[in-house]
Amino acid sequence: MKAGIVGYGAEVPILRIKTEEIARAWKKDGVKIATGLGVKEKAVASFDEDSCTLAVGAARKAVLDFGLNAQKIGAVYVGSESHPYAVKPTASIVSDAIEAGPELMAADLEFACKAGTAGVQMNLGFVEARMIEYGLAIGTDTAQGRPNDALEFTAGSGAGAIIVGDKRNEIIATCEDTYSFTTDTPDFWRRPKEDFPMHAGRFTGEPAYFKHVLSASRGILEKTSYKTKDFDHVVFHQPNAKFPLKAGKILGFEREKFEAGLMCPTIGNTYSGATMVGLCAVLDVAKPGERILAVSYGSGAGSDAFIFKTTKNIEKKRGKIAVKEMIKEKQYIDYAEYIKHRKKLKSL
Amino acid sequence: MTTGFPPLLWRRFPERYTLAGNKCETCGTSYFPARKVCPNCRRRGKLVDESMPRKGKIVSWTQCFVGPTGFEHETPYFVAIIELENKVRLLAQLVDSDEKKVKTGACVEKVFRKINDADKSGPIAYGYKFKIVG
Ligand SMILES: [Zn+2]
Repeated sequence: MKAGIVGYGAEVPILRIKTEEIARAWKKDGVKIATGLGVKEKAVASFDEDSCTLAVGAARKAVLDFGLNAQKIGAVYVGSESHPYAVKPTASIVSDAIEAGPELMAADLEFACKAGTAGVQMNLGFVEARMIEYGLAIGTDTAQGRPNDALEFTAGSGAGAIIVGDKRNEIIATCEDTYSFTTDTPDFWRRPKEDFPMHAGRFTGEPAYFKHVLSASRGILEKTSYKTKDFDHVVFHQPNAKFPLKAGKILGFEREKFEAGLMCPTIGNTYSGATMVGLCAVLDVAKPGERILAVSYGSGAGSDAFIFKTTKNIEKKRGKIAVKEMIKEKQYIDYAEYIKHRKKLKSL
Repeated sequence: MTTGFPPLLWRRFPERYTLAGNKCETCGTSYFPARKVCPNCRRRGKLVDESMPRKGKIVSWTQCFVGPTGFEHETPYFVAIIELENKVRLLAQLVDSDEKKVKTGACVEKVFRKINDADKSGPIAYGYKFKIVG
């Protein structure tokens, strides 16, 4: 492919709640849970943040930090499972807020946690076909965890934005290939008008996350004839810190290759944002000529795999504030404040 | 705060989303919200559309402990008069800012937030707030 990444940005809310604090409210063993999941705290959207405001924050960085002209963006796709409206696109709000509109294609996407990467694939296609100059794809979520559910410990908030283009002097990482693996698997879902998603417990592991992430990884390796040793960084969807590392071990990737892109231990599972934010964090530190494997996972179920190779432009073009630096600015809240901010009380 | 009636809300999107104002090319003064006539130049003024800069500094601030309807659950919160880089002043809520850093002269940057969504079945009002940076 000639197309690649020309801009990226991540937005993570400032509020954090510790796994131990959630456990305290439910009289559970917080230390054990935090160790088991590999997640010590998660990012929490404040009462005035939602998937749309996080998407705007991420998209703005992707445009401004990389000196791109928003008016030249020809497509905006926003992937989320917590779009603020059931009917009314988030994408149109984002495109007006970053002054990209009105001449562009736009739509909201939903595929559990992988709708953001689906948007990246669509934009790669449009840019390759020369139908658009730049395409913006965002994965964003203010994840919904039912109080006292296992997911409550990890369901975080965050957004990652990727802008795709094809100008050689702008591309920081060329997309070498992409591959997807999709099957009908009911591991996690939310029916209309329900506040919280349901999940099939242990069924979300082997037949769901692992089957799809491993199949997509093996698929793209076979398609491109690359071996695990050809990669410098690996980013997998990260519902907790254990799953991506275990999948990596099965495939034969060294643990160090996950280091740059593993955000889950400090911000939780940002759902549609997870793989995108992880990829942004890798691009913050990747050196020129490095190869990145990024594989998302969306329940229901499917995985999108990408191989990116960084160019020499990346030395001069990076996010103004690295993702791992940005998340150091944080404010801790207790469980009562968390309930207030996430409006889990009926009267709010 | 305009929430219920969609056309009223919609008319303010450019101002709330991108700080859309205007500037008089004759005397170089920027205006937010946009002016119909430049008060300095009157008929000689030539006004062109301009989005306000995203950065500025606090000129004055206060903390609200009793919020108006729709904001009663947000208290206590900070409201500040902000002078943008082009000298335009506006009133906005401060968010994500350490209480100790809320001071006259503090540098602020625009963020995109929900202003009000008290009406659960109505349209959501998004717009600008500011956060202290550095
Ligand atoms: Zn004038």
